[in-house]
Amino acid sequence: MTESGPEATTATAASGKKMELGPVGHLGDRLFSAFARGSGGLVVLIVAFVGIFLLALAIPSLADDKSSFLFSRIWEPGGDQPRFGIAAMFYTTVISSIIAMLIAVPIAIGVALFITYYSPKRLAQPVAYAVDLLAAVPSIIYGLWGIMFFAPILLPVINGLSDALGWIPLFEKPAGDNVGVVFTASVVLAIMILPVVTAISREIFAQTPITHREGALALGATKWEMIRMAVLPYGRSGVVSASMLGLGRALGETVAVLIILSVPNGNDPWNSSIFAGGETFASKIANNAAEFDSPEKTGAYIAAGLVLFVVTFLVNSAARIIVDRSTPGAKRPRRNRRAGTAQGASA
Amino acid sequence: MTAIAENKPAYDGQALDLTGKSGARAFKNTLATVLIVLAFLVAMIPLVWILGTVVSKGYHLLLNADWWSQSQRGITVRREGGGAYHAIMGTLIMALITAVIAVPIAVLGAVYLVEYGKGTRAAKVVSFMIDILTGVPSIVAALFVYAVWITIFGFNRVGFAVSLSLVLLMLPVVLRSTEEMLKLVPDELREASYALGVPKWKTIMKVVVPTAFGGIVTGVMLGLARVMGETAPLLILVGYSKNINLNPFNGFMGALPTMINQDRTELALQPAADRVWAAALTLILLVLVLNVLARLVARFSAIKSK
Repeated sequence: MTESGPEATTATAASGKKMELGPVGHLGDRLFSAFARGSGGLVVLIVAFVGIFLLALAIPSLADDKSSFLFSRIWEPGGDQPRFGIAAMFYTTVISSIIAMLIAVPIAIGVALFITYYSPKRLAQPVAYAVDLLAAVPSIIYGLWGIMFFAPILLPVINGLSDALGWIPLFEKPAGDNVGVVFTASVVLAIMILPVVTAISREIFAQTPITHREGALALGATKWEMIRMAVLPYGRSGVVSASMLGLGRALGETVAVLIILSVPNGNDPWNSSIFAGGETFASKIANNAAEFDSPEKTGAYIAAGLVLFVVTFLVNSAARIIVDRSTPGAKRPRRNRRAGTAQGASA
Repeated sequence: MTAIAENKPAYDGQALDLTGKSGARAFKNTLATVLIVLAFLVAMIPLVWILGTVVSKGYHLLLNADWWSQSQRGITVRREGGGAYHAIMGTLIMALITAVIAVPIAVLGAVYLVEYGKGTRAAKVVSFMIDILTGVPSIVAALFVYAVWITIFGFNRVGFAVSLSLVLLMLPVVLRSTEEMLKLVPDELREASYALGVPKWKTIMKVVVPTAFGGIVTGVMLGLARVMGETAPLLILVGYSKNINLNPFNGFMGALPTMINQDRTELALQPAADRVWAAALTLILLVLVLNVLARLVARFSAIKSK
């Protein structure tokens, strides 16, 4: 995709050369190319600015922090002794996104396989559109629907899980029937990232070379064996990177989580259970937008936002690296080799 | 030979059927099929459920002309009446400003990637930055604009600030789809134009971009659909106003997501609940119409290769 390979490069180089036959250094050309380059540069500047400005505003507050920023769970940015630790937010953000992924990825793989290899041809396209529609529903509507209609039917699931596994702190249910818990948020997040993971997996599965598939079938494999032996190994890295992109989306989701998660009482002890409330980076920042009255408090929230930015950046880069390294892997080395020989021949 | 002859009777019946598979394999195959179909059905439940809920709870206010022409001015949570005109206009105005800023940068950036920088290290850096921008959570984009617009420059919370943060979210969507479309434009077209002595910039403006126009429009619509539903920047960068305010540089501004957010804590009150779901339906309709239009445009303007 972005890696167009040497073939493409040589093609442009060639057309670039042809260009020089025409009016060289045409004013319009120079202006237009400057605009195009400027826009490219602007994108780089914007991203750099995002990082730099967030950092610049976060640092003074971080310097005033009276507790350990990364390891403390106490968040009290106001007052004479500002203390802000992100450990609790970090935990809720990560655990909710991971559970969302655990739910969404298997279903997304199933849906992608259904669209590519199981559904009748005429149904495949509409089904793909329908799943994409899930991505078109604004997140505030997910939040509203999630807490009003979906959460109540999750209550038996929550009770069942905590009855069976309650001896593990992660599944320990606090007293009362609170549905605005991390688990509910995770399931709604799972629905929200499903289209992303499905769309990318679908594309990758569809690219499985037909020779691999027919080879498996010719050897007498059942359809499932063909998928397990030809399609899944081929698509594995694509699915992994799709999941990472989904994870990145889940980590940063704001409003749905904000609406669903109940914020624990200030005096309540911290609870690590997924059946308790909590706050993620994004929901904490959005919840307290009204508190941005002093530069110091704002800086504290910006510092939290910066951590979220870094985490999503790492996750998304990992997705990209996996894609670059291996998804077209079956194709790329071959293409390079071909290009290599072609260049060798011409030289 | 004799061995085969001897064996033959033993295979009579089933085993000559070469398409057959052992029970365990056949069972696994069936199980996989069932699970995969099940996954699809499970995935469809939330879609049908959400759309069903929003439509059934929200449609009746939309049938009222007031919904499209009145604001919520002077109407309290407990009172019926008013409409969503202020919020619809707010959403449209902010989205429009976002598009006006984001689309030229995105299209020119894509032109740079495809026509000028292809294969260069600089283009790789730009491409990588776009990927980062794609992954930036909306709340971080909003915080960034907050940091610059409000903390550093000392401006007020206004609609324009929201648009600035939405630019960060819309830019990568439009840029990527434009890039894909420009790549699809056959090189023959460019070469024919160059051969006629047309300068590169005119070739791009008159041949390449018009050929890819449908795809660019698709990307813009998908980008618009994405930013219209964003709520986090609205929460941080502009206050919600029940009055009609069409000026993005001054005062608070209503928008559909914040209109939902405003009354969502009062869902026990019927008038408030009605408005929340009607606003949600309006928002979904806006976003869906854009999505469907984008698909139609994409279908009817696809570049025919060869």
